Amino acid sequence: MRYLIIGTGPAGIAAAEKIRGLDEENEILMLTSEEIAGYSKPLITYFLGRKVNEDRMFYRPPWYFEERNISVMTSTKVIEVNPAKKLVITESGEAINYDRLLIATGGLPIVPEIEGLNPSEMEGVFTFTQWKDSKDVAKYITDNDVTEAVVLGGGLIGLKTTEALLELGLKVSIVELSDRILSNTFDKKASMIVTSALQKRGCNVYTNDTIVQVKGKKKITKVVLKSGREIKTKLLIIAIGVKPNVGFLKESGVRVNRGVVVNEHMETNITDIFAAGDCAEFYDPRLGKSSTIAIWPVAFSEGEVAGYNMAGERVSYQGGIPMNSVEIAGVATISVGNTSAEVENVEILEYESDKRSVYKKLVIKDGKLVGAVFVGDIDRAGIYTGLILQKVDVSSFKDDLMRDDFGLVYLPKEYRKKLMEGELKVWLE
Amino acid sequence: MVKGMRKKILVKEEYCIGCRLCEIYCVTAHSQSKNLIRVFRYELGELAPAVIVEEREYTTFAVQCRHCEEASCVRACITGAMHRDSSTGAVYVDRDKCVGCWMCIMVCPYGVIKRGTGSNKVASKCDLCLDRELPACVENCPNEALVLTEVNE
Repeated sequence: MRYLIIGTGPAGIAAAEKIRGLDEENEILMLTSEEIAGYSKPLITYFLGRKVNEDRMFYRPPWYFEERNISVMTSTKVIEVNPAKKLVITESGEAINYDRLLIATGGLPIVPEIEGLNPSEMEGVFTFTQWKDSKDVAKYITDNDVTEAVVLGGGLIGLKTTEALLELGLKVSIVELSDRILSNTFDKKASMIVTSALQKRGCNVYTNDTIVQVKGKKKITKVVLKSGREIKTKLLIIAIGVKPNVGFLKESGVRVNRGVVVNEHMETNITDIFAAGDCAEFYDPRLGKSSTIAIWPVAFSEGEVAGYNMAGERVSYQGGIPMNSVEIAGVATISVGNTSAEVENVEILEYESDKRSVYKKLVIKDGKLVGAVFVGDIDRAGIYTGLILQKVDVSSFKDDLMRDDFGLVYLPKEYRKKLMEGELKVWLE
Repeated sequence: MVKGMRKKILVKEEYCIGCRLCEIYCVTAHSQSKNLIRVFRYELGELAPAVIVEEREYTTFAVQCRHCEEASCVRACITGAMHRDSSTGAVYVDRDKCVGCWMCIMVCPYGVIKRGTGSNKVASKCDLCLDRELPACVENCPNEALVLTEVNE
């Protein structure tokens, strides 16, 4: 019997670990289209900025897989899944059979159509989602004496890449379509603090704007913005987002909406095929809708649930919420849950200190905390995350939530007792 | 998952008098010199207690990493720095691997992971003092508000 896992990101690795914990006998084979397995994707910007060396890139080093008797095939891209024969076909034409299959192929970078841009032909234009991208960009910078760069997209990947480029001493311009950077999770105030921290480090931030034309023959030389501004550059990083990597499933019969549709056991519509992570779209029966939350902790948890169920233990996924922690230009930020004030009937609590460059916002709906933003001061942020995930009624201690010394001592005694005794399971049920 | 006995510190808020000796002894136990006076003279900039004392009116208690069985911080860690030690069952930070992304701080429902101070910009938390017979905070708590037990999992 063979467990086959396509993808060696957090979802794939978490699944393999859970399977091995429950089943010591059977074969686990992991495939990745990349040359290296077990490294951490979020670290590719740290690698570019020379904050992390090659050794530290490994989330799970090669010996880790060997020790657990997990086989890994690198540079192996799956182009087709055939459920009738229980096979996957690789780019090189190899057929690999499976008994239980996990699709954990993650996301692919979105490349917009821009006049003059053909990323596969033009040098100096990169997406930024793999270690290879990081190495290629580093090499391109050195080989071409690049001193300035343009980053398209002011989301997480765009900003972390910007930070790395700033570390290397480049002059960076960020171009963002919406009215602010990190617009998915940040309101104007939070966004402004990060924007000014970036500007202080010499970074240009152009919002409400986008690239309409790319100039250059073999190599990029200039970008033209919608606003008419022209920026000379030898390097363009495209970081406007990712989409589920599911193209290879087209003929398979596996149900794909935006991502691979899975139930609370991470099962697809086809027996013995599971999916987890950024490529999956979890249908939450309690909410009656499906969504993909492309963040590390969700990918990891979904991978664990898939692993349990693949190995025969029935475990249900609780559903996740968006959350992220990122430090940009020296400013630590955390956002959790629904952070937009546009939802109806919400109450907003805010704390601001210009002097300390600190901003905190909490969003309360129907007596429960549903979202939180922390900029500059993130200490003990997880307590709020716990309240959001546990759907605790905060009405009785609402006025204490923004205190400087807010902590477990302000929580209702019953909740605190359960928490302290380890009775609350936040992720899985 | 780790099966077997695992050490755990129980928090007894009804006994805590808020004296903060646990903080002092935690810092000292994790210092270079292990000497209380030297620590406060020379080492404090780089050290912060891994135990947090909370206080509100007549309620006070000390809390440190719970070393959760299903640890959110381990799940959220993007580097593999936060991990469960298979022999002790305790949750540790590999300081060489941590890059200070603070995903662990975002998800810890106890709020007991700190940003390292000074030059140590990595996650900092309780290591259960496994090189000692008793954790420093437990050993020096004058009122048994922190108690070490073993749990079977």
